Amino acid sequence: KMVLAQVVYQGKNDSEDSGLRFATCQLLWKQINSETEKIQEELNKQLFDNLIHFLRQSHSELQTKKTEWMCRMKSSEIPTAALVLGVNVTDHDMTFKSLSEVLQDNVTPYVVSLQAKECPGIKHLLQKLMGQLMDCNVDVDSSEEEECVNISQKKIRCSMASLSKWYESVTKKTDSETPSKKRTSSSRHWQSPPIVVIFKDMESFTTKVLQDFIVISSQHIREFPLVLIFGIATSPMIIHRLLPHSVSSLLCIELFQSLSCKEHLATVIDKLLLTTQFPFKLSEKVLQVLINIFLYHDFSVQNFIKGFQLSIVEHFYSQPLSVLCCQLLEAKKRVNSLSHNQCENIRSLPSFRRYVESQVSEKQIALLTEDSFLKEVTQTLLEDLHIYHENYFTVLRCLHVFTTSLPKYPLGKQIRELHCACLGKSVWETEEYESAIQLLRMLAKDELVAILQKCAEIFISSSGKQFSNTVEKLEEFLARFQNLEETSEVQDVSVSSQKELQKTTDLYHLQKTLLALKESKRSKKLTKFEMLRFEVVDFIDSLVRSYLAPAEMQTLNEVVYFNTANTLREHLNAAPRIALHTALNNPYCYLKNQTLKSDVGCISNTAPDICIVYKLHLECGRLINLVDWLEAFSTVVTAVEGTDPDAVATDQVDEIIHARFIRAVSELELLGFIKPSKQKTDHVARLTWGGC
Amino acid sequence: MSQLELKRNKALEARFVADEDVLKHISDNGGVKVRKDRAQLELNIKRFVKKLENISDDDEAQEILEEQNYVAVLGACAEASELAQTPGKNVTFESSQYPEKPASTPKSSKKYSASNKAELKSKKNEFVSTTPYRLRKRLTAPSLRSDSESDYSASCSEEEEEDKDHKETSDVILDQKTPSKTRAAPASKKTPAKKLKEEMTSNLVEEYFEAHSSSKVRTSDRTLQKLQKRKLDQQTLLVLLNKAPPAFTAELKELNQQHESLFSKWMLQLHLGFSIVLYGLGSKRDLLEKFRTSLLQDSVHLVVNGFFPSITVRSILNSITEEVLDHMGTFRSPLDQLDLIMKRFKEDSSLELYLLIHNLDSKMLRGDKSQQILAQLASLPNIHLIASIDHINAPLMWDQAKQSLYNWLWYETTTFSPYLEETSYENSLLVQQSGSLALSSLTHVLHSLTPNARGIFRLLARYHLENKDNPSYPGLSFQDFYQRCREAFLVNSELTLRAQLTEFRDHKLIRTKRGTDGVEYLLIPVDNGTLTDFLEKEDEDI
Repeated sequence: KMVLAQVVYQGKNDSEDSGLRFATCQLLWKQINSETEKIQEELNKQLFDNLIHFLRQSHSELQTKKTEWMCRMKSSEIPTAALVLGVNVTDHDMTFKSLSEVLQDNVTPYVVSLQAKECPGIKHLLQKLMGQLMDCNVDVDSSEEEECVNISQKKIRCSMASLSKWYESVTKKTDSETPSKKRTSSSRHWQSPPIVVIFKDMESFTTKVLQDFIVISSQHIREFPLVLIFGIATSPMIIHRLLPHSVSSLLCIELFQSLSCKEHLATVIDKLLLTTQFPFKLSEKVLQVLINIFLYHDFSVQNFIKGFQLSIVEHFYSQPLSVLCCQLLEAKKRVNSLSHNQCENIRSLPSFRRYVESQVSEKQIALLTEDSFLKEVTQTLLEDLHIYHENYFTVLRCLHVFTTSLPKYPLGKQIRELHCACLGKSVWETEEYESAIQLLRMLAKDELVAILQKCAEIFISSSGKQFSNTVEKLEEFLARFQNLEETSEVQDVSVSSQKELQKTTDLYHLQKTLLALKESKRSKKLTKFEMLRFEVVDFIDSLVRSYLAPAEMQTLNEVVYFNTANTLREHLNAAPRIALHTALNNPYCYLKNQTLKSDVGCISNTAPDICIVYKLHLECGRLINLVDWLEAFSTVVTAVEGTDPDAVATDQVDEIIHARFIRAVSELELLGFIKPSKQKTDHVARLTWGGC
Repeated sequence: MSQLELKRNKALEARFVADEDVLKHISDNGGVKVRKDRAQLELNIKRFVKKLENISDDDEAQEILEEQNYVAVLGACAEASELAQTPGKNVTFESSQYPEKPASTPKSSKKYSASNKAELKSKKNEFVSTTPYRLRKRLTAPSLRSDSESDYSASCSEEEEEDKDHKETSDVILDQKTPSKTRAAPASKKTPAKKLKEEMTSNLVEEYFEAHSSSKVRTSDRTLQKLQKRKLDQQTLLVLLNKAPPAFTAELKELNQQHESLFSKWMLQLHLGFSIVLYGLGSKRDLLEKFRTSLLQDSVHLVVNGFFPSITVRSILNSITEEVLDHMGTFRSPLDQLDLIMKRFKEDSSLELYLLIHNLDSKMLRGDKSQQILAQLASLPNIHLIASIDHINAPLMWDQAKQSLYNWLWYETTTFSPYLEETSYENSLLVQQSGSLALSSLTHVLHSLTPNARGIFRLLARYHLENKDNPSYPGLSFQDFYQRCREAFLVNSELTLRAQLTEFRDHKLIRTKRGTDGVEYLLIPVDNGTLTDFLEKEDEDI
């Protein structure tokens, strides 16, 4: 891999630590990748446990006594698990992969995964099934047998009968195995393990194949225990739509719901982004791009992680100072060995320049001239940045607890929305924050106490020591709320006035007392609770102002933040049609030649041939006469060359223009704008519409 | 869309202007609505005069004279004026000479200038809209003009029928417009830009549906044959294109350099499990080729020319199994082959392959199954795929599942370089197929037949060539053919002839067609040039 690093950074001066950067990048990605796998595993645990439980139940009789199981299976119902996975198809593969691993580890070696595209007919399906089952078998057997199984696999006629024969022989073999071997296998698997067939994408299977398979296997269910798992992307109703009643009655279906992709994403963001565990951070815009792709395109967590990976790669590739994007201790060490070039890089960072400007002049000079001093300062700045993050995430979570309790969620329901709002700009200057604070001032006591307790927990669990004061303060608040309850002897002013109200009889007096009452209410002194509430909200506000400052304001933020959202969007969510259209319509965007410069929507007639031909074709209807097109083209082209019109007639020029036209038209055909038409001689059909 | 300016040397310059400008221009000139505002009309004329002001007086006079002549010519065939070849935009030309007509005679916009002149005199004519495309065509060099004039007058009579049709439709359109005469005129001049734009978009929408409302599309009937342009073959085309001066070399070079600076980044990303897809206008073949020569020299790589008409996924898989994996043996299906490849690559992590595919979206590879297989190949961590796409709808090939298999990173690499290699295989309309392929297949098939059968075919071919100038030649009727064959001692019964014909038909050498009278006619669906070549060759052999 180091060889690759050299290849990749070939030609680049190594004064920018490219090799080290690459290694850091690889290490970081490895850590993040394993973390995402862990997250996935944890999230799926519940689902898989349920599934295993189901499998165990469905063949529990089998475990105890074979005869009983036979009785049950007389009904020839196949136990089936319908697994509703959601529309994020790209994530399913991961789920199924880990599912079959889990099943193979815990339940049965005979797990088969089938995809619709592999099984256009029942024959293919059975072939695939047998093939995969034989491979499973090989797993247990010695390598010598592998050969013969492979050979026999091709010879066996793939039928259910041969399948049941195979199953019988396999189970017998395990029985007759040496005791030691038996122990190992039986510890993991049950005695006659079920055959689990997973249909990864149930909706894509042809109805006939599914029906045939179910009917045939229900005939043989007595011979071997079979369990089906349907992967469903839409809704469980699809089973009944795909299978007629006669077939679905052969199934004994139980429904399982996988975790929603939104929750999955929330966990991923929580564990990867809102933590100081990984030094690398995404800026607001980048995160927004990734979330938008997720929400508006595919709901795929896989793709989100892919985007995250790309950001890491881009960051380490394009930012020389990303060499410092590692754990704090390591980063401090690396600072010492920075080259002069890298020091200059630090000096040119916008955030660092801001920092320098805020210093006294002697220090400014020292920062800009002495590398060693710069390195010293950089170390402290990196530490500051680290502390900033620690505080930031804690306070962010705390604020999130507050905002999620508000009606209409002015700062967003998800913590990621709050994170974006805080990352981009000073959140306390926004209107949404203003209204959120207003709403907080109206919280009921119970809610407020519950929230405060949660916040205290968050602060206690955070590693930062600087929050000990905060925790104390919060506890004090909680105690005061407690006290409030005990000494709640509210001098009831209103009660007396109420009595007065009842006394008055004439209208004039009534009005007067009502007005007075209203007045008194308005100017009424705040109750103790209300004062305390104000205090709490002010305290939270002060926390936000001191700890949730936007990342861009932090010195050296460029080292750990990736912020070129544009590159990310271009590479992940490209718009090839727009690019093509722009190139054809406005070549100046690409070819910076003054002669091509023109107003919006115009095109210079010196433009490349294909642009002219394209522009001309936009003026036509569905069919285009080639002769007219050619003539128009040659008019435009000859006009620009400024040749004497009488000379145009010379064959030579004419032929060349003809050839150029032919080329441009064939290129348009290649690009899919036109196609030959047989409706009329020498006509082509236009395939796009729009234009004028 | 164009505007015209007269140059001093009488060479006219045609240039493109923005759609917006033209629409503005149109609406200034009456905004698709008929208008009776006189003052504004004069304004139009002034503008036109302004355009002409840089012509010398003499020229102008001559020009006007010419134009007047032209108007006269037009008058002659005013009844059968040519319709606009570009649907949706035609100039209608209302003149005071036809006051009784509710709708004006539709005229193509080629008469734009002419009508301008007419306006100069009568000041009563009104524009409805222009088609600058026609316009540009009309006002080219004088020599060209005289050419096309005759061309048009000729086509006038030819197209009279169709014109009438069109006139009817345009009458309808104009009928619709006449009620709105009063409302539109003042509005169009003073509308704020925004409102104008709204109007324009609504017009565009209308135009679109107008253009697509009837199944019949109106275009001119001119054909390349009439133009006396010989079809070029691939060779001459290349020669001619080489003569054309290259444009924007500096800019193109700069563009390419920009893309080339990305090479090392691509390499890195390929290694991290991404696949790279290049899009944007211009051939990306040279770019990929440069990438290959500069970075992949020492590693195993496979270049696939997707644009090659006979490329298949199977051939790609074959080259991987045979050349890369050294696996000899056949496979039952591409899926089996894929399984083997995937297994081998998973087992041996030291195995690495760079796959470069030019035009992943070509006709042969764009099928769902092919894409599935390629996507699965790309999903292997030690196969690194870098591909280019050109077709505007290429991304539609991939659904979510395939896209995640491919794991694409998109790179825009607009190069503006001509698609020379890529289009050379395309069966372009304008490029003459050399016919060598057809000829050789013809001779091959014929050589495998009996001498009698060859004689039968020769007989039919001769007859076919004799009638090549007869446009209404229906083919040789079966009975006639039988008679001729009998006379030449080639067959002795109808049955034997039919047996021979079946043979020909199976090889697609002949085609049968039933005429209106129910008689069976025989045709040879090979172009005449190839057939002549074939007969010459046959005669040599004999």
